[in-house]
Amino acid sequence: MKFLKFLVIIIFSINFFLFGRVFAAGSKIEYPEKNWSFSTIFGSFDKASAQRGFQVYKEVCAGCHGMRLVSYRNLAALGYNQDELKAIAAQFEINDGPNDEGEMFTRPGRPSDKFLSPYPNDQAARAANGGAYPPDLSLIIKARPNGANYLHALLRGYEEAPNNIKVPEGMYYNKYYSGNLIAMPQPLYEDGVEYLDGTKASKDQMATDVTTFLAWASEPELEERKQLGVTVILFLIVFSILSYFSMRQIWAPIKNKN
Amino acid sequence: MSKPKFKNPVVNWIDYRLPIFTFMNHELNEYPTPKNLNYFWNFGSLAGITLVTMIITGIVLSMNYTAHVDYAFDSVERIMRDVNHGWLLRYIHMNGASFFFIVVYIHIFRGLYYGSYKAPREILWILGVLILLLMMATAFMGYVLPWGQMSFWGATVITNLFSAIPLVGESIVTWLWGGFSVDNPTLNRFFSLHFVLPFVIVGVVILHLVALHRFGSNNPIGIDVKGKQDTVPFHPYYTIKDLFGLSVFTTIFAAAVFFFPNFMGHPDNYIPADPMVTPAHIVPEWYFLPFYAILRAIPDKLGGVLFMFGAIMVLFVLPWLDKSSVRSSQFRPLYKLFFWILVIDCIALGYLGAKPAEGIYVILSRIATAYYFFHFLIILPLLPRIESTRPLPVSISTPIITASSNASTVMAMREKK
Repeated sequence: MKFLKFLVIIIFSINFFLFGRVFAAGSKIEYPEKNWSFSTIFGSFDKASAQRGFQVYKEVCAGCHGMRLVSYRNLAALGYNQDELKAIAAQFEINDGPNDEGEMFTRPGRPSDKFLSPYPNDQAARAANGGAYPPDLSLIIKARPNGANYLHALLRGYEEAPNNIKVPEGMYYNKYYSGNLIAMPQPLYEDGVEYLDGTKASKDQMATDVTTFLAWASEPELEERKQLGVTVILFLIVFSILSYFSMRQIWAPIKNKN
Repeated sequence: MSKPKFKNPVVNWIDYRLPIFTFMNHELNEYPTPKNLNYFWNFGSLAGITLVTMIITGIVLSMNYTAHVDYAFDSVERIMRDVNHGWLLRYIHMNGASFFFIVVYIHIFRGLYYGSYKAPREILWILGVLILLLMMATAFMGYVLPWGQMSFWGATVITNLFSAIPLVGESIVTWLWGGFSVDNPTLNRFFSLHFVLPFVIVGVVILHLVALHRFGSNNPIGIDVKGKQDTVPFHPYYTIKDLFGLSVFTTIFAAAVFFFPNFMGHPDNYIPADPMVTPAHIVPEWYFLPFYAILRAIPDKLGGVLFMFGAIMVLFVLPWLDKSSVRSSQFRPLYKLFFWILVIDCIALGYLGAKPAEGIYVILSRIATAYYFFHFLIILPLLPRIESTRPLPVSISTPIITASSNASTVMAMREKK
């Protein structure tokens, strides 16, 4: 009987969770759902896909979008070794200084540097993009409801605008963007990138890869979190069972008297 | 002189001078507790443990946090990415706030269902409502600290409520902000207050416990403890039961922290605060939604604020609104019905608070708000006049279910004496 009541509590709490989901869902546009390797309980990132995604980011997105929260050293999590990291970082010219003479100077990037932003400041970014600010992508998957599916859909959602919609200069029609008019031109075209590992660079492949890469960038702790989570939950379940039977045993004399 | 109570001579020596061990033995070990408490009585200790968890994780987080509009967002991301297990600390703290409210709301509804607020526990109840108020203030200010979009705009909307106060409203808002908009001074003072208020909560929790231990816990039957046969010592009976409850609670909590850490949060808060861009929908954290619905249900700004605070204030006077002398719903069939309607009403308010204030949602919010106050101000005072309560058992250890067996058991009890 008491256990039944306890179940009621748990169901009560789960309802709160469901509520959370109701609040989180804001937008009315439905995105195609994809089975991401990282969205399951034991999920992890597909390293090869994330590496390809990094290439897409570097060659396509990075022209306009920064990732100011991520360092080159963090890419080690995608399977790059130290020499590769140094080579990747060295491709970028980083502003540093002042030096002993009080002068600013540029030097090749180091793994400890944050990703080089395409613009020196937000104003420059706006000025170069007709007033629209290309958002930083470090947290983009976490910062949008249903982030991974949203981004994947958005990247493939460019279409000819229906006749009844007038697309102003500098805007583009995207069926998955809220309001359908987006300032970002279509970024991905067939074979827009020549993948180092020889994978065919279809639009869907590139959208999937860059989404995987950005999902990792948003939640670099995801794999460690889920692995630790499994251990912790297993421990707690065993502990709950042990404490339940300890409780039964301690209470037995009291229960039997009644 | 009293003879030594403890086997260990050092303990005895200390206890003679500072009776801390006597105190602990009395309040945690021997402390007589009704033997019929159900699992709903676990939520008090769960709330206490959650408070301690929040304070510990909060202190460590504050060591890595920078309270400045230019650095706050990035310092939180540094915790998430670079501080060892910083993501774990932050996700525990972030989800801990939600779980704290889940636990405390269940604890409060437990009190409502079993009439735990009635004499002689009125002050115990009032202190509890005070803790709820302090928790809300603390949670609100804590949500501002990561300085995301919802932090900024939530702070703007909620602090602006005070501008509804006649004459001095605008001045009060400027004073709260420390400027003419939510800005760096606001963030600094919110951090300061978010750090100190939990310790105020600890203080009120101690008073809550002192008041609790004066008469001991209420129980599912809601009648007073008649003697030793009705109670068990707190240890080991309730320490083990609380431990079991804690382990189940922690399992659910851990599932959220490790697998759905952002489930109860809002994606917009991962966008850095931007005073120039207003989010499409500004929604508070889920635990404020019922109150947010009440606020928006009233067409007048000042009225909305008064009703929102009134929804808490009415709880302070609840012990005097409910005039029935019977505590537990088990013996109050009508009250039990109205209790569950109130639960549904509160959940409905929470749902409506998350919806945009338009069309049918406004009308439903008004009905639900009206019913909330109707329950406390009209139903509770009038209910005892029409309700016939079921017969109460003689004592906790005398199980009486039916009215027919009632008289015979009472006779039997008297004969025994």
